[in-house]
Order: sequence, then C-alpha cells, then structure tokens
Amino acid sequence: MTDTDTPLQPKKKGLTRRQKRTLSRGVQYVVFAAAVIAFAVTADWGRLRNQFAQADIARQMFPDVITLALKNTVLYTLSGFVVGLVLGMVIALMRLSSVGPYRWLAGIYIEIFRGLPALLIFIFVGVAVPLAFPGTEIPGGTYGKVALALGLVSAAYMAETIRAGIQAVPKGQMEAARSLGFSPAKAMISIIVPQAFRIILPPLTNELVLLFKDSSLVLFLGVTLEERELSKFGRDLASTTANSTPILVAGLCYLLVTIPLSFVVRRMENKAQEAIR
Amino acid sequence: MSRPEIEVRGLHKSFGDNEVLRGIDLEIRQGEVVCVIGPSGSGKSTLLRCVNLLEEPTKGQVFVGGTEVTDPDVDIDAVRRRIGMVFQQFNLFPHLSVTENLTLPQRRVLGRDKATAARIAAENLARVGLAEKADAYPSSLSGGQQQRVAIARALAMGPEVMLFDEPTSALDPELVGDVLAVMRMLAREGMTMMVVTHEMTFAREVADRVVFMDGGVIVEDGSPEQVIGAPSHERTRHFLSRLLDPAMAQVEEETSDQVGK
Repeated sequence: MTDTDTPLQPKKKGLTRRQKRTLSRGVQYVVFAAAVIAFAVTADWGRLRNQFAQADIARQMFPDVITLALKNTVLYTLSGFVVGLVLGMVIALMRLSSVGPYRWLAGIYIEIFRGLPALLIFIFVGVAVPLAFPGTEIPGGTYGKVALALGLVSAAYMAETIRAGIQAVPKGQMEAARSLGFSPAKAMISIIVPQAFRIILPPLTNELVLLFKDSSLVLFLGVTLEERELSKFGRDLASTTANSTPILVAGLCYLLVTIPLSFVVRRMENKAQEAIR
Repeated sequence: MSRPEIEVRGLHKSFGDNEVLRGIDLEIRQGEVVCVIGPSGSGKSTLLRCVNLLEEPTKGQVFVGGTEVTDPDVDIDAVRRRIGMVFQQFNLFPHLSVTENLTLPQRRVLGRDKATAARIAAENLARVGLAEKADAYPSSLSGGQQQRVAIARALAMGPEVMLFDEPTSALDPELVGDVLAVMRMLAREGMTMMVVTHEMTFAREVADRVVFMDGGVIVEDGSPEQVIGAPSHERTRHFLSRLLDPAMAQVEEETSDQVGK
C-alpha cells in the first residue's frame, strides 16, 4: 500500500469522499428498512401471537414463576458463585505461589475446566460421581450438586480474573506492606486482595451474569417440582400447554435480572475509567 | 554507643549479569544522618533496599541494630518492624483512609488495640502537620502530603532506623520543602536516618555524613563539607557540577564510563 493512490485532494471525476460516505450510509438504511418490512409482511402475526403471547397461559404461570422458578435460579446462581469465588481464590493464590507443584496444579485445573463445556460438568457431577463413588452423597441434594457444578466451572474463570487483579496491584504496595513488617500472607490478605477486588468487581459481576444463565443446566441433573428453575419451569409448562408462551415469560425473567446487572457492570467500568484519568 | 546501628560488610548485588553493587562497606552510628548521593544507576537505591532486604544481596552481610538481616534464619518481619521505609512513590494504601493507613499496620503487625493504634496514629499525623487530613483518602492529597503521611505511617511503628528512598524525587518542586522539613525535624530528634537523595541543600545542612556512590562502589565518604564542599575525586566533582548546574552540562557519550579520564 502506498500513499499515492489515496490523494488528499478530491479528484475531478467520480464521487468525493463525502458523497461516497453519504451514499454508503443511505444504502445501509435502505437494506435495514427492507429487512424490517419483509419480516412484517411475511410473518404470520396471528400464529405468532397464539404461540408466544397467550395472556391466560402467561397469567397462570404467576406467581410460581417468580416465587419458585426465579427464586431457585437465583439460589443456584448465588451458591455456585460463592463456591466458585472461594475455590477461585484458592486456585489464584496457588497459581501465584512460589511452590512449583501448586502453580502447575492450578494451571492444569484452569485449563481443564475452562476447556470443558459446562453441560459436561453438570452431567459429571449429577451422573458420573454417584456412579463412580457409590454411597457418597453430595451434601445439600440438588442444591449442593448445582453449587458444586457451577462452582467447579466458574472457579477456573474466576481464578484467572482474581490472579489478574492481584497482579494489577502495583508492586510498591507489597513492598510497603512488607517494609512495615507484614508477613507475605498478612500483606496479601489485608493490603493486596482488597485492592484487587476493587479492580475485578466488573469482571466478577459479568461472571455472575454468565452463571445466572448457566444455572439453567440444572435441567440435566433431574430435579423435583420444587427444585425447578426458570428454564425447566418454562419448558415443562410449554409442553403441558403445547404453547411457547411460558418460554417467552421465562426468558423475560432472565432479562429482568441480567439487564440491570449488565447496566451496573457498565457503570462500574465507567467509574473505574474515570478513576484512572 | 560503640555498636553501629546499620552495618554493611562486603555487599554485592547482581541482577542477572548486571552487577549493581560491587563490594560496599558502610557503618551508620546511632542517631547519625547519612545522605547517599550519586548518579542514577550508581546502585544507591539498591543499597538502601538491601538494608531492609527488599532486595536480597548476592554476597555480603547487613546488620541492623546488631541483628544480621542477611542471616537466612532471621525473622525478617520482626527486623523490618524496627526499620521504617519511605518510598519515592509514597506507596500509601489507596483503599484506606489516612488514619487507617497508620492504624492497620499497627494492629495487624504489632497487635496494638484499636484505641492505642488510633492514639499513636493521631500523634504521628500531628507530628507531620497533617492532623486535619485524618479522614481523607490518599488520592485527595497532594504528593507532598502523601509523602508526609507515608513518613507518619512508618513512624507509627516506632522504628529505630528510617530509610528514605529519594523521598522528594516524585514531588512538584514547591512541595519538596514540607517533606524536607519533616525529615529535618526527625534528624534533630535523633533518629538514625539513611537518605538516598538529590537534594544537595538538605544533605549539606542536615546530614552528618555524605556518601557518594558511582558504578556500584562508594567513591567518597565524609562530612558534607568534605564531599559536597571540597570533593577529592574527579567523579564526585563531575557529578556535583552537573547536578548543581544542569544547564552547563556538555553533550557527552557514555558519560559514566568516561568521567575521571
């Protein structure tokens, strides 16, 4: 690429750069409008409405969809998040350890659990573990299993996030703490980790959103009626009523939580940006 | 007091192939204020950091208050409690208020109770003239104020020795004076101080001894009048002339290798 074929002055013939830009934008608007019109014309609105927006079916989902399904989704997510955070913290510290085997073990864990589909982990916890270790019972029943499965998956991601956060704390902080007589462990706990968590709050909240969605995988553990969460609840009702409205309502319930959370994350990121400036 | 407060014997320090300290011997008596000067890269900060073992010496011994810091079996955390350290970049804890910066180390490291720690924190903030900033956060303070808080934080631990690593180098020129005033006060109170600095006026006025380092060795060691006033080595003269009148410096190649020829 040379500069000779992009002259700074407009040429005499053909469109100017500004005209080209206007034309290009005009074409994009036309394509968009055409797509919307085509969809509006071809869609069978009556049928869609019948399938997805039956008010009486939607109404019969309440209040269970909130008091049972959403509540369970939140419970599963939070318990998985707590397990993942604790485990992730331990793995992150192992990853930063001066003891080689700890570093390798943490590295292997992270690579394995980041590389496997969450679904596989759920099947592993729900089916493989009881078969492999007969007689062992994961405490807490389904709740325990979900917390474990979600925790195992998220710990790998959180460990990497926490490690990055710890490494983002300036080196001088550890030096100052050590100079004051803090042991390495005390310095880590009182000085470094609190600062690291400020840095990683946005990515951790993002992880919470991801877990919130992954909690739907509990479907594959086999749950009782009382243990159903949003996805299972929606699907069950969809099949009994032979209608898709419950799926739509369940979906809206997810968005009810995830959209505000994403908003909070964006605000935190903007605030962090301002703090740097 | 016959025993030196800080004693450095045959100290060597290498970073990979780069030998930064090439055999340092230095004694600092109790209550003495020693300023270490020298061109950048001369190893003066590394020497200071070896005294409280922030850098591990490659060879040689360091004693502080009679305890061998370089002994592999020493309780380094216990030794460091007796050594206050002030950094060029202040290194205050940004997530804690000024008071908490002073109380947290006392409570976690010395196990002082809340009331005692708060009282000692308030005393030391008053000493550096920042009592009214007790509840502020470090980010809202000027560089000079932050550095004075950092000094107060070190003092709150009740150190016997204070190390200063270019404490005014990161400050705007008009803020340097406040920090130097606090250091002068400490010197007058009899604190043993080792100060790496470029502030020649301070060194001349406050120091009992000035040590000039270049190329990882101590070139000159004596009273301020001797080392700054009438240096006996060409390297010291060259460094001082460049420092005191930077505008007069000539364009040179490989300055540090050619000086003294």
